[in-house]
Amino acid sequence: MSNMTLIDTIICAASEAWRHDGEVLATGIGIVPRLAASLAMLTCNRDLLMTDSEAWVVSEPVPVGPRGDYRIKRETHMGFARIFDNVWGGRRHAMVGPTQVDRYGQANISMVGADYRKPKVQMLGVRGFPGNSINHANSFFVPNHSTRAFVEGEVDMVASVGYNPARLARGWKLDDIDIRLIITNLCVMDFGGPGHQVRLCSLHPGVTADAVQQATGFPLHVPGEVKTTPAPTAEQLALLARLDPHGLRASALGA
Amino acid sequence: MNKLVKAGDVVARLRDGMTIGIGGWGPRRKPMALVREILRSPLKDLTVVAYGGADVGMLCAAGKVKKLVFAFVSLDFIPLEPYFRAARQAGTLEVMEIDEGMLVLGLKAAGMRVPFIPTRTGLGTDVLRHLPEIKLVDSPYDDKQWVAMPALPLDVALLHVDRADARGVCQVKGPDLYMDDLYARAATHTYVSCDELVEPAAFEQGEEARYVFWERTQTTGVVHLPCGAHPSSCAPLYGFDVKHFKEYVASAKEAGGWAQYYERYIACGEDEYLRRVGGAEAVKKLPLPVF
Repeated sequence: MSNMTLIDTIICAASEAWRHDGEVLATGIGIVPRLAASLAMLTCNRDLLMTDSEAWVVSEPVPVGPRGDYRIKRETHMGFARIFDNVWGGRRHAMVGPTQVDRYGQANISMVGADYRKPKVQMLGVRGFPGNSINHANSFFVPNHSTRAFVEGEVDMVASVGYNPARLARGWKLDDIDIRLIITNLCVMDFGGPGHQVRLCSLHPGVTADAVQQATGFPLHVPGEVKTTPAPTAEQLALLARLDPHGLRASALGA
Repeated sequence: MNKLVKAGDVVARLRDGMTIGIGGWGPRRKPMALVREILRSPLKDLTVVAYGGADVGMLCAAGKVKKLVFAFVSLDFIPLEPYFRAARQAGTLEVMEIDEGMLVLGLKAAGMRVPFIPTRTGLGTDVLRHLPEIKLVDSPYDDKQWVAMPALPLDVALLHVDRADARGVCQVKGPDLYMDDLYARAATHTYVSCDELVEPAAFEQGEEARYVFWERTQTTGVVHLPCGAHPSSCAPLYGFDVKHFKEYVASAKEAGGWAQYYERYIACGEDEYLRRVGGAEAVKKLPLPVF
């Protein structure tokens, strides 16, 4: 399977995250999540809202990269202040790219290392992860499925809340948290195992369940039969060519 | 009231140990000329509150920051800010790392003169573990605990806007105000640099007053600094300077790189800075970013 075919398979699988969301703001951070949200808005959920990744809600997804003659179709002003109004109201589903994810779905983009005061590697900071994770649905895209990304213990800095009962404040339930899909270069997973355990949903062509478990730092729930992630349809491929006219997604897996 | 001052006057009013909020967002509409004026001063031990970009990076590189209140520090198209990163990895920085929206609430609470605003944001995360000063509180209306995001009052806010008049009426025409209005309300004193200084009558025309987002009661001083946001953007007047940011980031990889950057772009003073980055005409031609 070529690199580009794998990337397109991943984007199409990721677009399914928004299928049943109805009229919510779809935010995809990074090129794969953004193309996946764009594809969803043009296929499986036409009621989605997206922004131009700057300050406007647009009536159709904006192609990535230099736009040439393309003019964005503005529908609503959506500066950062209003993004938070939307987040706090809950009508959003974001797909983000954490550096670390643990068995609870707790995720980290802040820093790596054992000493928070003196990080081994300082990254971005928690950004909007704490607010996103307790306010609305979230999915993850992890381009390099490995035990470094899917860590054995808890992530080094819990930037987004997960299904960890030990961290619930009084009066809150695990059902107040809504983590949907994890899409990686190997497979699609969700939190549908017993007690919100991470469950293997589908394997990309040529990948085995054993290989995924080997690359994951915690035990996965593997159902008796695991499907293969479907190949993109001709319609999806045509839309992707339009949404990514310069083929920027080719390097999405770090190739 | 005439609120016109020089950048040097603003910095002369700052004191060691003050809490200073810096407007803008990442590489966008940062009051960089005012930041450079701080870099030229002996000020130290600052607590900086910001949606951070090179403003935070440079202040860290120069050793001005004792404590940083932040959700991220990033140049966006270059995700990691090198000098912020170096300061963190050296373990020299005291941090209050909070969610982007918690920062909104902290500034809002300060502007409203209330001690906190309740929110669910932060629940279950290490933000609370590392910041025991942020408390959970019981609600008088339900049985849940809520995060009591404390007010973040600022001694001073530094902002950059498109245009202002001498009374302190400030206008932002870019598509995003970021949280600048909240900074202006959270601060005891707000100093605003502007690309264009205009007469009060300018705001009387057409819809111009609709792009004014806080009252002049919130503006303490106005500094006329054309291209004062450079190398950050001031849409729609100019985009951010990708080439300059790349040079700045590259400097962090060299031994003594900050000293060289400082010598070339900070120590020379603002007029010479503008010449060295190509002049005002070149800055105004910097393309707006496409995301």
